[in-house]
Amino acid sequence: MKINDLILRTVVQFVVFIVLTIAIYLFFAGHYTPGGGFVAGLVLASAVVMLYISFDTDTVRKGLPLDFKIVAAIGVTLALLSGILPMLFGQPFLKMSSMNIQFPLIGEKTLATVMIFELGVALTVVGVVMTIILSISEGSDD
Amino acid sequence: MITKWAIILPFIVAFIIPMIRSKLKKTHIGWIALIVPIVLFIALLRFIPQVAAGKVYEHTWQWIPSLDLSFTTYLDGLSMLFALLITGMGALVILYSIFYLSQKEALHKFYCYLLIFMTAMLGVVFSDHFIMLYFFWELTSVSSFLLIAFWHHRKASRRGAQKSMLITVSGGVAMLIGFLMIAHMTGSYSIREAIQIMPTELTNTLFIPAMVLVLLGAFTKSAQFPFHIWLPDAMEAPTPVSAYLHSATMVKAGIYLVARLTPLFAINQSWFWTVTIVGLMTMFWGSFNAVKQTDLKALLAFSTISQLGIIMSLLGMGSLVYVFGYSPATVIYTQAGFAALFHLLNHATFKGALFMMVGIVDHEVGSRDIRRLGGLMSIMPFTFTIAMIGSLSMAGIPFFNGFLSKEMFFEAALRIQQADLYSSTAMLSIIPVIVWVGSVFTFIYCTILIVKTFFGSKDKLPRDRKIHEAPKGMLISPFILVTLVVIMFFVPNFFARYLFSPAMLSLYPNTGTMEQLTPHIAAWHGFNTPLLMTIAVVIIGVILFKLLPKWRGIYNTLPERFTLNVLYDRGQNEVENVGRFMTNLYMTGSIRHYIIYIYLFFIVVVGGYFIKSDSFAFDMTKNAPIEWYEISLMAVMIIAAILILRAKSRLTAVVLNGVLGFGVSIFFVLFRAPDLALTQLVVESVTTVLFLLCFTYLPEWKKEDTPKYTKLINMAIALSAGVLVVILSFAVLHYDEFKTISGFFENAYELAGGANIVNTILGDFRAFDTMLEVVVLLTAGIGVYTLIKLKPRKERKKNEDQ
Repeated sequence: MKINDLILRTVVQFVVFIVLTIAIYLFFAGHYTPGGGFVAGLVLASAVVMLYISFDTDTVRKGLPLDFKIVAAIGVTLALLSGILPMLFGQPFLKMSSMNIQFPLIGEKTLATVMIFELGVALTVVGVVMTIILSISEGSDD
Repeated sequence: MITKWAIILPFIVAFIIPMIRSKLKKTHIGWIALIVPIVLFIALLRFIPQVAAGKVYEHTWQWIPSLDLSFTTYLDGLSMLFALLITGMGALVILYSIFYLSQKEALHKFYCYLLIFMTAMLGVVFSDHFIMLYFFWELTSVSSFLLIAFWHHRKASRRGAQKSMLITVSGGVAMLIGFLMIAHMTGSYSIREAIQIMPTELTNTLFIPAMVLVLLGAFTKSAQFPFHIWLPDAMEAPTPVSAYLHSATMVKAGIYLVARLTPLFAINQSWFWTVTIVGLMTMFWGSFNAVKQTDLKALLAFSTISQLGIIMSLLGMGSLVYVFGYSPATVIYTQAGFAALFHLLNHATFKGALFMMVGIVDHEVGSRDIRRLGGLMSIMPFTFTIAMIGSLSMAGIPFFNGFLSKEMFFEAALRIQQADLYSSTAMLSIIPVIVWVGSVFTFIYCTILIVKTFFGSKDKLPRDRKIHEAPKGMLISPFILVTLVVIMFFVPNFFARYLFSPAMLSLYPNTGTMEQLTPHIAAWHGFNTPLLMTIAVVIIGVILFKLLPKWRGIYNTLPERFTLNVLYDRGQNEVENVGRFMTNLYMTGSIRHYIIYIYLFFIVVVGGYFIKSDSFAFDMTKNAPIEWYEISLMAVMIIAAILILRAKSRLTAVVLNGVLGFGVSIFFVLFRAPDLALTQLVVESVTTVLFLLCFTYLPEWKKEDTPKYTKLINMAIALSAGVLVVILSFAVLHYDEFKTISGFFENAYELAGGANIVNTILGDFRAFDTMLEVVVLLTAGIGVYTLIKLKPRKERKKNEDQ
């Protein structure tokens, strides 16, 4: 089945960036307002799915040369690491901490280790969702 | 601390070895593995003076203090003896294997498994915690499995590996239950604490079951009768493995456990009887069967079984000191325990050398069947010397260490005869007889080993290759071992002072001082009964060996189908058949059936619980009023759900399902749960794509032709599952069996630094849950990937059996 829909492609080219922005917004907003790693990961995944639907597999793979299995593995490792790291400082497993830092231009922001954990969750979600969708769509032929 | 390092170091190197394999093309990777046991052996040697003075080293890592789980290791006389055995033999065997295994083999795997085994074995002898001991115990079984199946293209290797695994692991599980019983009785998981507390629990009804279960573990591991059948099959492993695991170390784990727990159980007389009788039966049966073997390794396997029986029965005899209670008159019984430790080390030296000798013969001649061997003495003089010293020591001939421990064994058996155990004198008096008969058979198989391999004509040797003496490197390890065999004969008391005496303190704590527990070993002890017994063994043994063809027939008197091996095979087949039958009953391959099982379970267990506890109470009076837009949304969803049932194409069904999902997310918005609504929306979109993808694989949409009866039952199950969920969600509001946890989250901002309470729960309060969910997600993803991408390749299956 070959899809060659010009309108879809043109729209997707713009929309993908909007969706990606939303994903990043959701990721950082999660600490104070609705959002978080899981949703951000899902939104990211849906952006990639959109690309795959409107363009053919080879094109997307050229522009986005990622092995999503590895992305998922990195995600889980990050989540685990964020749990183990505090143990090195004598804290309990998965103890989260945060600090306020003065950034140039954007002012004072809170940096929390929970962000590492959330990043891990997000990457796992993207990785797993894409792995499942891609392996089902490609089948066992190759 | 040395104990922790000793356990961890081999494990670390085991991980490194497969990684650096590609970097080292030229060097044999065994040299790197060799460093580990040598370093550990030297490090342990440095502790000998302190341990010999009675000092005990202890080290604890707290793991989960609230569950009484800690990783406590300690180094005392007994664990020192075993640790030196493990590291020392480990070093010699690895050195030997470097010359035995060629570079073409999967060496990185071999040394990885071997070092994991070393970790496991050191863990067994150093652990003070019952559960840790169990963990390492099973790890030895697993590594042994991997090593036996090292040449896994051979069917016999795989079968031997499976057999040893099944028998030792079943024993291990029994042992675990025994450990749990001990912990229940004494209230402690620490072995040493349990030993202190146990005397107050003698009348406990769990005492005997715990003892039996723990002994099951020890007997299966140490190949005691009738569980010995796995050891001959395990000889399919490469010879260095047989020398290391299946004669020197792993099979002695059971001995270690019995020795370690003697102070715990021996107060009850049944311990003495079980251990002694099983040991003696094993000793007799092993030596009796060794005589009929034609494969040199099988012969050594049965001889190992027999020798393990000797050590086991000596430990049993030594435990009498607990039955009688300690007094200067009874301390003499501990000498049997001393002989056990002494023979343990002796056996490791001569049997290790013999295994390596057989390996050399196999390597150079290409056969280890005594019907095809003969006259090797002139071709392989060094190998012959090794075989000679090893066999004579095993047969208990003077000038070799086996003689000393064999004499002590006779002496202990004779002393037991005079023990005053009420009405059982008849039983006790046959003990020396069994011991003597077993020794005669031992002498015969030792003679067979030497005569059939090294004497006689060379005609039977395979002619297709030029046979010569083994390379020097292969001879180093067995030479060190046979030198030890001789040295230990001449200075036994030196070894006794530094190795066995401290170990005696662990075997018999609170019974006497180190001096009282250590007998003086003398090679010449006058013309007493033990010496006369040895002389008789030699004379009768030589006569019987000469007459062997005449009485060989007795081995055929027992019909084939009554042997333990056949029994084991039949049992295994039966279990497999029943298992397959049971699985086929419910594993139909139809997803609909599986969903029915899940729903039925849910209805019966969850619904049953709520009915039983009468928790279906709910009242609507406190609920908020229902608005008209909620009702209309609900109506849309209900219509969509009903239409799914009547849908004519899959696409319609998916779209209608989507309506349901989006309806739910609108409800989330209405009830002010933006996080949930957001997630639900995105999940809905992604799953729709997934659904559409899956459809390309499905057959065409056909009208169902299931019988009406089945349909009705399915509908009933579906309806009751749905109704149950609805009722539950009402009932949960008023269910107050558990305390509410929302109080923990109220000051989320101070505790977790986040204003979004949903996320602080996910990422901080319950982060452990989230982390495990992420792991589950990854596992599911990998599962889907492997299911679709990695189909079994048919052509690979064919050449699995060679």
